[in-house]
Amino acid sequence: MIAHSIFFYIFSFIAIFSAIMVTVSKNTVHSVFFLILDFISISCLFIMIGAEFLGMIMLIVYVGAVAILFLFVVMMLNVAQQKSEWFISRDKSTHIPVGLLVSIIIFFELIIVIGGWKYKPNLVNSSLIEINSNTTNTQLLGNIIYTDYVHLFQLSGMILLVAMVGAIVLTFRKRSGVRKQSYFKQISREKKDGVELTNPETNKGVKIDA
Amino acid sequence: MIEYLIILLSEIYKISILLIPVLTAVAMIVWLDRRVWAFVQKRRGPNVVGPFGLFQSLADALKYVFKEIIIPASSNKIIFILAPIVTMTLALIAWAVIPFSETFVIADINVGILYLFAVSSLGVYGIIMGGWASNSKYPFLGSIRSAAQMVSYEVSIGIIIINVLLCVGSLNLSDIVKAQQNLWFVIPLFPMFVIFFISALAETNRPPFDLPEAEAELVAGYQTEYSGMMYAMFWLGEYANILLMCAMGSILFLGGWLSPIDLFPFNIIPGALWMIFKILFLFILFALVKAIVPRYRYDQLMKLGWKIFLPFSLTWVVLTAGYLLYFDLLPVN
Repeated sequence: MIAHSIFFYIFSFIAIFSAIMVTVSKNTVHSVFFLILDFISISCLFIMIGAEFLGMIMLIVYVGAVAILFLFVVMMLNVAQQKSEWFISRDKSTHIPVGLLVSIIIFFELIIVIGGWKYKPNLVNSSLIEINSNTTNTQLLGNIIYTDYVHLFQLSGMILLVAMVGAIVLTFRKRSGVRKQSYFKQISREKKDGVELTNPETNKGVKIDA
Repeated sequence: MIEYLIILLSEIYKISILLIPVLTAVAMIVWLDRRVWAFVQKRRGPNVVGPFGLFQSLADALKYVFKEIIIPASSNKIIFILAPIVTMTLALIAWAVIPFSETFVIADINVGILYLFAVSSLGVYGIIMGGWASNSKYPFLGSIRSAAQMVSYEVSIGIIIINVLLCVGSLNLSDIVKAQQNLWFVIPLFPMFVIFFISALAETNRPPFDLPEAEAELVAGYQTEYSGMMYAMFWLGEYANILLMCAMGSILFLGGWLSPIDLFPFNIIPGALWMIFKILFLFILFALVKAIVPRYRYDQLMKLGWKIFLPFSLTWVVLTAGYLLYFDLLPVN
């Protein structure tokens, strides 16, 4: 039990420290690295309370894919320079209220969620789920996600799909004059399409068309 | 307190029993890789140091240890030093869940395959950190390429894993091997095995997908600024990752520690040896591919990953699930 709490304090300290460093550090790439550290320590906390499936999915999805793309964008865009330009050119009073508003909304949402869970524990009927010590939590999740909550699950999938389509539509542009490789065309090319024997007259030459 | 210490010491003992052979194997595998490559091209390969050149890797390692570590002045020093350490560590911690026999596994966790997948997907951080921290154009281009490449091919590896899991009904690696007692998954899921092999090549940046270090275009990709022991760590991490991918392939498709037929001369050989044979078999295939196939172009690589492998393996998931459901073979426990 002692070891358990020692590890809990280590991981939660790293999580809180790196969460603070995400906002404090000047270099944007450093912030993303701290964000990644935060994700990793939170997934360690998930594993410690026995939710190993959630912890691993957190690692695979957030650290293994989302954060890499995030890092990608931050490295390519040179955000630090843009940010400093933005700070200099604008009056500081315009963006601080917006940030405050968003953070206050998030704070109240958290209070509502935690308060509801703390003071009305039977608000959500959790007796549907039978806790059996023999089944792993992967099986338990699978049992309820695809039966009781299948509509919500499908709905969240649809939302993600719409977001993906939206991103593609926003960034898609048609360029003219791009020559694409077509495997089918290459393979189906035969001798008669490529080679032609002609007998040109003197001083006339052969007409070559592209 | 003493009990904790005993548990700790026994764990360290178990880990060292696994890690020392793995590290030795990584060094030997580099030699094997070069030898196979040379034999395919009718050369001799490294044959001078020791019998058959067996100590070549040792000599190389010694050379790397005694070389100077150069840290570029304009680099981001902390991340620059961290990058090879991350690569090496991630390549080694994944071995914790690999079962070499029914009893010999360090951590037999419930979500073993997810752990393996997660650790292999974290491997890209070493490369991207090294490329960015070098503060130089070639390493940066190499690391950007490799990030895109590894993220793309992870998707198809994930879906291939789902195929296998549908047949097993468990995320535990030992259960996956035990489910292949009667039939190795390479037979019913052969197309998935082929795609897994090719995706593993891309995931470990092996030729023909070694675009992150394409020497004709990018000098040495993300490794350009590294020297001495730090370069050697990248190199060891890369080969440990290749071995890991081979181990993953042999667990998912070639029946792990199981012998091919459960008959007399075969079943007296211990399971760990079968596992090693299978890993070596897959590794020699890796080495042959390196010698035979020319490098892909970047757009061809992306097209192969997203437009061919992803739809094909997704279709195969539907087919496998449909087949198992129709014939009532779904593993329910």
